[in-house]
Amino acid sequence: MIEAVGLTKRFGAKTAVDQLSFQVRPGHVTGFLGPNGSGKSTTMRMILGLDRPTAGHVTINGHAFRELPNAQRHVGALLDAKAMHGGRRARTHLLSIAQLSGIPEKRVDEVLAVVGLQDAARQRTKGFSLGMGQRLGIATALLGDPQVLLFDEPVNGLDPEGILWVRNLMRRLAAEGRTVFVSSHLMSEMAVTADHLIVIGRGRLLADMSTQEFITHNSAGFARVRVAGTGPDGRDAFAEILRKDGARVLQEPDGALRVTGLELPRISDLAHEGGLRLWELSPHRASLEEAYMRMTRSSVEYTSTDDPRAQLWETDPLALPQWEEGPAAPEVPQTGFFAPPPPAATGGSGFLMPSEPGELAASAQNNPEASR
Amino acid sequence: MTVALPAVLNSEWTKIRTVSSTVWTLAIALIATVGFGAGFCALISSAFDSMPEIERATFDPTLMSFSGMQFGQLAMIVFGVLVVSTEYSTGMIRASLAAVPGRGSFLLGKLTVATALALLVGLTTSFVAFFVGQAILGEHGIGIGEENVLRAVIGAGVYMALLALFSMGVATMLRSSVASISILIPFFLIVSNLLSGFEVTRKYGQYLPDKAGSKIMQIVPDAMGRGETPYGPWGGLAIMLLWVAAAVLGGYFVLKNRDA
Repeated sequence: MIEAVGLTKRFGAKTAVDQLSFQVRPGHVTGFLGPNGSGKSTTMRMILGLDRPTAGHVTINGHAFRELPNAQRHVGALLDAKAMHGGRRARTHLLSIAQLSGIPEKRVDEVLAVVGLQDAARQRTKGFSLGMGQRLGIATALLGDPQVLLFDEPVNGLDPEGILWVRNLMRRLAAEGRTVFVSSHLMSEMAVTADHLIVIGRGRLLADMSTQEFITHNSAGFARVRVAGTGPDGRDAFAEILRKDGARVLQEPDGALRVTGLELPRISDLAHEGGLRLWELSPHRASLEEAYMRMTRSSVEYTSTDDPRAQLWETDPLALPQWEEGPAAPEVPQTGFFAPPPPAATGGSGFLMPSEPGELAASAQNNPEASR
Repeated sequence: MTVALPAVLNSEWTKIRTVSSTVWTLAIALIATVGFGAGFCALISSAFDSMPEIERATFDPTLMSFSGMQFGQLAMIVFGVLVVSTEYSTGMIRASLAAVPGRGSFLLGKLTVATALALLVGLTTSFVAFFVGQAILGEHGIGIGEENVLRAVIGAGVYMALLALFSMGVATMLRSSVASISILIPFFLIVSNLLSGFEVTRKYGQYLPDKAGSKIMQIVPDAMGRGETPYGPWGGLAIMLLWVAAAVLGGYFVLKNRDA
């Protein structure tokens, strides 16, 4: 169990981590998500006592890390795949760390086999690829057979086979009742690995909920509608009809309409009444990646500015078309949504995006403001 | 609360023996000290009769055999710096501190192992340099059994170890190979010699760690034109120890209080 209370870290005027409170429970893989520079690594380093918090505190099984007796037996961590002396061989690197806790040499060979590096054991680590470095780092974390494991971006540089391996390893460690805390900036990876998600942006808590709940809250269902014909006239007219019926309509770059708030049969009926033929009417689900990007957009540290050659790129599918009317959100039907029914069908306004990042965090159970 | 010291010693010994920089810095320290010492001894030996009366009268064959030390000690400094700074430059320090949260036992273990190794190499160097030097000096040489000679030879080994330890302390404070080496090498190679080279500045220069510490290698007071000092060999060593203690304590406080 990792518990952070009002954790804050400032570097000069810059606040890297801001009043972060959360709990990481045993038996689950907890994903720690955030864009680059959002404070994930700093938080990890504070958990491990490498950085001192400016305010607040974080404990592991009730102890501050620096006060843990025989820390390596309780906590294993992968912070940086390149954090090793390049001139040392993989096995002696592990051995030197194992000896710090009196871990027997036999265990070093065991973990080397677990991460699949037994053949590279006698190589100097400066010749290692990023993926091999990650594996060696994971081996380091596993040395003490700890109950609490922290992994900072463990899948960086791994090939698909390696990513699958890490995913299964995390799940297995959690199934053994361990606390597994994994950071990533990839929503797609966390959606399939983690049971629970903690999302931060600019050092602030944006969401703290189970992955299932996150999916329910954030991946909205919509219908893609394509009106017969290539001209914009029929399309614009139909969009008007749909909007009058209470739908929210966005234009997609390829000329299709993205419709939220109406059931598929109703859209079909409206088309029929309007004497329009449809070339496409399909149910869709916005990806978690989109939801995540929308949530963290306002808190992304490093945003790119417009490139003059931007027209060469694909249009952002989330961009609002010019003719979309104001922010008026339509009434959302509670039942009888698209087929297949979204998980949110019974959960009220679940499929609506949060209008601002704080909204989800506020609904999460440990609200940072409330805990201080 | 903290990790047992034997475990840290064990780990640090593994670390130090598995990187090549340990071997080449210590080998250079030995070879340079013995080699340059032998060269200077040969030079003096052939020119002994033409030296001024005063220099012949205060000739210190023991000190002469350690004259290569001013080059050998530079390798010792590099050894001390690298032992500590590679932890930072490679990021290994985070893996180390994630395993040993106790900064005190980590630093103590690291410095103990590295200093013990430096002392071993230092003593080997000093004995080899002494016997090689005396063999070359021949009739102008001195035996190990003479008064204070053994103190000077062992003292030379201790001096090398203390210099390495001083460098480790400085590197722990600066946390960078480049910064530490580019401060320490010019300091011992130029600044220290410059300050001791002039009458006006000598009274300050003589309190620098290398000048004070090297007094232990001297058995003839004021040998060979070296200025008079207000301290003896043991006083000099004590001054050097103060420098070392300051560097190590400074390093400890930096390690304890700064984010790794």
